Amino acid sequence: MRESGAAVLDVHAHHAERGFWRTYVFSTDHKMIGKQYLSLGLFWAVVGGLLAHVMRWQLAWPETAVPGWGEVGPETYNVLVTMHGTIMVFFVAMPILLGAFGNFLIPLMIGARDMAFPRLNMLSVWVFALASLVLLVSFFIPGGAASAGWTGYPPLSAKAEYTGVNWGMDLWILAHALEFAAFLMGGVNYLTTAIALRVPGMTFFRLPLVIWQLLTATTLFLLSVGPLIAGAVMLLLDRIIGTHFYAAEGGGDPLLWQHLFWFFGHPEVYVILLPAVGLVLDVLPVFARKPIFGYRWIIYSTIAAGGLSFIVWAHHMFVSGMDPRLAMPFSITTILISVPFAFIMFAMIATLWKGSIRFDTPMLWALGFVAMFIVGGLTGIFNGSAPADIYISDTYFVVAHFHYTLFSSVVFGGFAGFYFWFPKMFGRLLSEPLGKIHFWLTLVFFNVTFFPLHNIGLAGMMRRIANPLEYEFLVPHQWINVVATVGGMLLLASQIPFVVNVVWSLLAGKTAPKNPWGANTLEWTAPSPPPHLNWGETLPVVYRGAYEYSSPEVAEDWLPQDRTLAARSR
Amino acid sequence: MLNWMRWLPENVSTYGGEIDGIIALIYYVTLAWFFLTLGAFVLFLIFYRRRPGRRATYVQGDRLRELAWILVPVLIVLILDFWIDLRGAPVWAKVKGQMPPAELTIQVTAKQFNWEILYPGPDGKFGTEDDRQFDNELHVPVGKPVRLVLKSKDVIHSLFSPNLRLKQDMVPGRTIPAWFEATKPGKYELPCAELCGFGHSGMKAWLYVHSPEEYQKWVKEQWPTS
Ligand code: HEM
Ligand SMILES: [Cu+2]
Ligand SMILES: [Cu+2]
Repeated sequence: MRESGAAVLDVHAHHAERGFWRTYVFSTDHKMIGKQYLSLGLFWAVVGGLLAHVMRWQLAWPETAVPGWGEVGPETYNVLVTMHGTIMVFFVAMPILLGAFGNFLIPLMIGARDMAFPRLNMLSVWVFALASLVLLVSFFIPGGAASAGWTGYPPLSAKAEYTGVNWGMDLWILAHALEFAAFLMGGVNYLTTAIALRVPGMTFFRLPLVIWQLLTATTLFLLSVGPLIAGAVMLLLDRIIGTHFYAAEGGGDPLLWQHLFWFFGHPEVYVILLPAVGLVLDVLPVFARKPIFGYRWIIYSTIAAGGLSFIVWAHHMFVSGMDPRLAMPFSITTILISVPFAFIMFAMIATLWKGSIRFDTPMLWALGFVAMFIVGGLTGIFNGSAPADIYISDTYFVVAHFHYTLFSSVVFGGFAGFYFWFPKMFGRLLSEPLGKIHFWLTLVFFNVTFFPLHNIGLAGMMRRIANPLEYEFLVPHQWINVVATVGGMLLLASQIPFVVNVVWSLLAGKTAPKNPWGANTLEWTAPSPPPHLNWGETLPVVYRGAYEYSSPEVAEDWLPQDRTLAARSR
Repeated sequence: MLNWMRWLPENVSTYGGEIDGIIALIYYVTLAWFFLTLGAFVLFLIFYRRRPGRRATYVQGDRLRELAWILVPVLIVLILDFWIDLRGAPVWAKVKGQMPPAELTIQVTAKQFNWEILYPGPDGKFGTEDDRQFDNELHVPVGKPVRLVLKSKDVIHSLFSPNLRLKQDMVPGRTIPAWFEATKPGKYELPCAELCGFGHSGMKAWLYVHSPEEYQKWVKEQWPTS
């Protein structure tokens, strides 16, 4: 059963005659596809980061030209905000956390030789590349790129006369459509692979948690994206042939879009968050040398949070003009989401209790995620309370909140996974000192950049404004914008050790052993890096769960999933 | 930086204090959790760092007795959640639910990138001769409930008064009610809080809260004949 499909074919005959193009470009190998997603995501992270830098400069010193860029007018600022948000969410967070880690880890951790549909997988990454191209082109066409916010609310987004952006907005929609198609193909693959291609012994309740999180995230995406696609088609029709789905003057309703967008949008933030939580859940036990605390309950919590995420969307719309009687029900469901997430966070902390904790670089990032996500989770309660949100919504408090959650997921969660699996991905070790410097600098300057934004948000500063000095009540607080901007520049500079580390490691790093961290899961039983089709002639067989660290059954402090124990030794 | 309540601008509305109360409640609850969870986290990192010869304890946390250590805190989270919503519901209802009767109703229409503020005039009715429109100036008396009728001509805007703790989006095609009662005379900014195009940054009006006498004087100046 499991050995069906293209993946098994012939383990030996396969590699030799695959040339450069088939290996690196038009590859059907899930590991190469993962790396392609990773490269595209990192490319966009640089673009999104530079856009953020230009925005931050503008906010701190509004009347000055940005070095290397020039004067930022309000039109440009709106483009920057919109494209930064779009890029970070759809072209950095999703391709890296879901695309790269999903592709790389799912087959390797469940003992499959490749995805269930390798060609569809290749199509997925190429459609994503096309989406990237479309988004990139939109910067350079007349009228410029989209500028109606990453949320694209009509009527602003529905008519060129409101923003002066014409083609940019259409390409923005097209780029989204393509990237959704890419992730739909990926998602179908993830689910099929995880259901159909697990190695013997790999039951659902022996799966590593990151797999559970990736699958839940994928499911949320598949279930929520439909309404948004319908919404986007209507937006496109409004724009191109002048229908009135969102135009009040023709009987349409602008709020319809907000409902459709956020019905997708809230699950979407969990599509980003859950894989990051999964990466962290898999790193913590390895370096605490202890089983994850409450494995099954974490799975139930994840599913509960996923389910709840479909009935909270209107918390983005408390002051939108929808019926005010809807606010309290949505406030209650929203605040309830803190229950499953509190469970998961507490379980992470309880995993450390009585552990034997090693502070290697991946662990530092994972711990950084825990600490930062606690802040982001707690500030979410302010936004979730309808009366508090009357004041908080559309201020920098929200900006601070979602960077503590999203940035933590992408950067702290992402780097935890990256440093942990880099040896498996590339067969080289990274430098520990450089990795640690990278972590500490990022942690410090992330907080310098984003923590004060809570304060200026409470002081009332609105988001998406190009010049805070146009408001008298904000002038006394301008120093905060300067602090955040300087912090942001140093935060970007803090990524230099990372680049140096990776380049140096790829060129001259030490060769990685099979299992450098002493971890239990199946990917560590394959060579580093795993060859095409991952294992030699025989696949591993699974005998136990993924987190048997310091088990009393063996003398070592780890017990791989595929090791046979002849008889009980005690 | 750590006492967040001090960052809020001065409150000058009757319900603002209650909104601040909810923000304060959430602030202190979350602050306590922040220190508890981060405290436990840091202590564990220190106590259970790797030391030679000490093996981690094999705890899976799948038995109820172990799970209780986190299920009880989770239960407390749940109770606090309900408490926050229970305290919040009446505040929401007061600000956005049933509006108190008001002598003065003012229509605010947003358009790229101005607020058109329309007074019904002495007859109290819109659409009559004595209506008067002011651009970006909202004059109200102190201590009197004021009704707002919010509209938009083009895209979505949002009327925001940091000092009144009032925010309400204005959506084309809808007529959205709002209200406030100011408690202190003065001049306050009314920025637009929803991205509405290139003029969004800087789109604002001024709210003038007058003492009763001053307000009468202003009315006399605007409608001299009546
Ligand atoms: C992976 C990390 C990041 C993610 C996922 C992310 C995500 C977002 C999103 C979704 C928005 C909202 C855009 C909108 O309002 O339409 C945003 C806005 C913004 N971000 Fe980021 N961001 C990240 C990193 C950064 C960094 C490193 C900085 C600063 C150096 C930054 C600074 C800003 C600023 C200044 C805004 C504009 C706020 C406003 O005007 O409303 N972001 N970000
Ligand atoms: Cu949401
Ligand atoms: Cu505006």
